[in-house]
Amino acid sequence: MTARENFFKGFVKDNPLFVQVLGTCPALAITQTLENAIGMGVALLFVCVFSNLLVSLVTFKPKIRALVMPVRIPVYIVLIASLVVIVEMVMNAFVPVLFKTLGVFIPLIVVNCIIFGRAEAYAGDHKPVESMIDGAGMAIGYTLAIMIISLVREILGAGTITIWGTLQLDLNFIYDFLGTEPIGMFLQPVGAFFTFGFILAVIAAMENQKKAKATNAVAKEGVK
Amino acid sequence: MGLIAIAFTAFFIQNVLLTQFLGICSFIGIGKKRSSALGMGVAVVVVIILAGMVTWAIYNYVMIPLEIEYLKTIVFILVIAALVQMMETIIKKFSPSLYKALGIYLPLITTNCAVLGVALTNVEEGYTFAEMLVYSAFIPLGYLFVMYIFAIIREKLDLNPVPKAFQGTPIAMVVAAILAIIFSRFGGLI
Repeated sequence: MTARENFFKGFVKDNPLFVQVLGTCPALAITQTLENAIGMGVALLFVCVFSNLLVSLVTFKPKIRALVMPVRIPVYIVLIASLVVIVEMVMNAFVPVLFKTLGVFIPLIVVNCIIFGRAEAYAGDHKPVESMIDGAGMAIGYTLAIMIISLVREILGAGTITIWGTLQLDLNFIYDFLGTEPIGMFLQPVGAFFTFGFILAVIAAMENQKKAKATNAVAKEGVK
Repeated sequence: MGLIAIAFTAFFIQNVLLTQFLGICSFIGIGKKRSSALGMGVAVVVVIILAGMVTWAIYNYVMIPLEIEYLKTIVFILVIAALVQMMETIIKKFSPSLYKALGIYLPLITTNCAVLGVALTNVEEGYTFAEMLVYSAFIPLGYLFVMYIFAIIREKLDLNPVPKAFQGTPIAMVVAAILAIIFSRFGGLI
């Protein structure tokens, strides 16, 4: 696999959220605004890249690997948790408002299945640089996925797109033009479940169509 | 806040699955069958109560005097992992039949965000011991309750014609959304 494929596989093909359905908790909980999704994504990107780097460093050399492997779960947990503490401190210092909004979900990056999954499935037996590329690709894929969910929820629920702080697009004129109002429900937990369910259904429908086309093609080949 | 109010809020209004979104992974993965939902739910109740007590004690009697509160994420997750491991060993030794019922769920609980989430909420809200105990008991009971209802609905769903694209997780999310609508109305009661 080339470095390029390695990086982009997390975007669509192996998307952590939409294809592997990992890390659903923050994806549902904090996607009320695009800003939250971006903040969460950046925090996750940092943790994912460096946890993959550290994990692959401690399992890279055969000698250290023999030492680490039997107790790898606690070792990984300590490494990941240390990175999360760094993220917590940095966010608390520089973006306190966002840190407060994301609340318990920043410390909960420790138990995010994506981080652990990548450590276990990839970084444990790949070279450091490859692991970092894999971590970055997966985290960016996840960020894009939660950005899609938050865009749907924010546009339908509040009629705005909050990019960062006061940088906000107001789309309420569309609702005024149509003579309706945004559907507040989409900012509630209900909206999170609905949006996620429907996006998964759209993806499944697309997959089904692709599969049907493929089988049709095969059937036609058979007729010839 | 009175203890009853804390219990009611934890069980209904801030239901861990439907409004706080903690432990959704296990909700989707394991809430397919009643028996496994029950097993996982009971295991979560036991672990959260134990983990809540231990982490609360460590935070208040060790970490605050030493002024290392900022390390709570690391310390809590290690405590939870150790606790789950210990429980697994003890149950395996003393009650093989219970181990058979709960054993497979125990390793999954370490990474269940509800456990760490409750431990962190307990100390962030500054609960007293009694408040902490009530909160840590009713949050997982709410989890068990919703998980069980969800499993019943999903068992019935398997027998019904669901559009092809919605089969599996998508329809489960729609069911969860409808449950969330019901639970969001409990907020008006207090």
